[in-house]
Amino acid sequence: MAKTLLEVKHLKKYFKVSAGLLHAVDDVTFTIEEGKTLGVVGESGCGKSTLGRVVLGLLDATDGEVYFDGKETTKATKEERHELRKDMQIIFQDPFSSLNPRMTVKEIIGEPLKIYGLCKTKEELDERVAKIMETVGLADRLAFSYPHELDGGRRQRIGVGRALALEPRFIVCDEPVSALDVSIQAQILNLMMDLQEQRGLTYIFVTHDLSVVKHISDDILVMYLGCMVEKCSSDDLFDKQLHPYTKGLLAAIPIPTIGAKKERVMLTGELSSPIEPKPGCRFAVRCRYAKDKCFTENPVMEEVLPNHFVSCHYVREINGLD
Amino acid sequence: MANENLIEIKNLVTHYITDDGVVEAVNGINLSIKKGESLGLVGETGAGKTTTALSILRLVPDPPGKIISGEIIYNGEDLLKKPIKEMRKIRGGQISMIFQDPMTALNPILTVGEQIAEVVRQHNDVTRAESHQRAVEMLEMVGIQGERAHEYPHQFSGGMKQRVVIAIALACNPHFLIADEPTTALDVTIQAQVLEMISELQKKLGTSMMLITHDLGVVAETCEQVAVMYAGEIVEYGTLEHIFNHTSHPYTEGLFGSIPSLDKSVTRLKPIKGLMPDPSNLPSGCSFHPRCEYATDLCAERCPVDTEIEPGHIVRCLKFEDGRHGEW
Repeated sequence: MAKTLLEVKHLKKYFKVSAGLLHAVDDVTFTIEEGKTLGVVGESGCGKSTLGRVVLGLLDATDGEVYFDGKETTKATKEERHELRKDMQIIFQDPFSSLNPRMTVKEIIGEPLKIYGLCKTKEELDERVAKIMETVGLADRLAFSYPHELDGGRRQRIGVGRALALEPRFIVCDEPVSALDVSIQAQILNLMMDLQEQRGLTYIFVTHDLSVVKHISDDILVMYLGCMVEKCSSDDLFDKQLHPYTKGLLAAIPIPTIGAKKERVMLTGELSSPIEPKPGCRFAVRCRYAKDKCFTENPVMEEVLPNHFVSCHYVREINGLD
Repeated sequence: MANENLIEIKNLVTHYITDDGVVEAVNGINLSIKKGESLGLVGETGAGKTTTALSILRLVPDPPGKIISGEIIYNGEDLLKKPIKEMRKIRGGQISMIFQDPMTALNPILTVGEQIAEVVRQHNDVTRAESHQRAVEMLEMVGIQGERAHEYPHQFSGGMKQRVVIAIALACNPHFLIADEPTTALDVTIQAQVLEMISELQKKLGTSMMLITHDLGVVAETCEQVAVMYAGEIVEYGTLEHIFNHTSHPYTEGLFGSIPSLDKSVTRLKPIKGLMPDPSNLPSGCSFHPRCEYATDLCAERCPVDTEIEPGHIVRCLKFEDGRHGEW
């Protein structure tokens, strides 16, 4: 058994908005082993990006604990957190707004090294930056370019390079390829997988694109309106998904093969509001199997099959398990 | 055969003339769409898909945009030769367009009902009350309760707004519908609902459609014909079967290799190397040759022409010219 690098227990993040409390992340629990990738999927507004930020401590958790390498990070002091950032980094979704337009490529990648005082001389800094640029596939000549001079794929490579600069062990990737064209997306995905192999990196990969998540993840966590609905290995999720929401989500993906159209269990309706949610299963209003119990009692996450967690009152009946 | 075509685009060339040079957005494309048929126009950002659509409606912003040459034959008449006044009657009436971004395509200070009614009044001789009645009908057709007609766009979710945009586009029973990435801004479950609805309405009303998208999955589910665009040219054109099962152009091949598959496990994707060329400075010869793994010296010199490799399946690649069937 590989070592557990990250452990998240009953994590909650609520935001105060004028209409009440917005439950962005509600009771999320999972672990990731070193060198593995956990994919987090869900539709817009399901709290997947918030989850990534709370795990990193960019947002304070409302309740719950996060353990990184055995240490609790949710209660860390400012100094401890500063140290932790060396090991925990993030790649942002939008390569257009996440880079400072007034800094050159070299300055952007070199900044974390400067902040942590990791390079004593200017020559050493130049050398480190050049090495990182080479790793992420940015040509030398671009060192003095500004982000606006580059295309989306190259900008995202800067984002990857900046996250790698401190040689972290853990990276949260928040929709890193969503803004890119497919041919460029494939280049970045390959780069990220190569880096993981070479350096034993651990990723949380947040995305709404199920084919991307299947490609890159070992385990997948499906979220719906702040709650986790299903967590299992990547293969199980696509072959033997158990939760009605996951089934609907998978059926909705257009498959690029002729005649692939399956018997569709179309999800009707849209997401309800995560502000002051009513008790009961949050998916119940869109669920075709919903019964009275679903509207009154919160379902809990249980291990239905080995290493396959589902939060649904009637998961056994729906899937014909005993 | 030819008179079955509802719309026929011949050798369309559209450029943007800017201070920094000429952006060659669309470079001689040929397309035809029959009555009731749907064509998927696939390509990456900057391939010229939207410019093609805007050219058909003559909505390319001028300046800097200019339709340099070509013909767009609709119902036997060339749209490019029509006076602006007549174009106004066609736009939104016989040919209409669903715009990409439902968040910005709607006017925030008009109720959605008024926005639909406006189109109806523009193209039909009806009273205000009748046009509003039609607006309510249209909303119900796209699955929104009629009483919401007096609400404003900000009171609707993204999927609902896209439905409103679709209702506007279909309000006058157009013969030809251009849908420019109608579901890109939406979540998958909502995307599935919207696509199903477009297909159903299209069948019910017998509308022809051009669906612009970068998602090959969406094409496989909604279209019969497919055109793949790269750097302002159509590099491969044929039926769904031709494109998906007899993929011939190296670029189309690369597109398929770049998509992570849901049913097969591959450890590494096969992306197309390099980047989309700058349309103001296109490479010589075949514009795909710097990224093509089969490219030879000839590709940098000679521009490929359309070659019909099987009936209805057209490829623009030197590999298929002069009787070479994909082999050098």
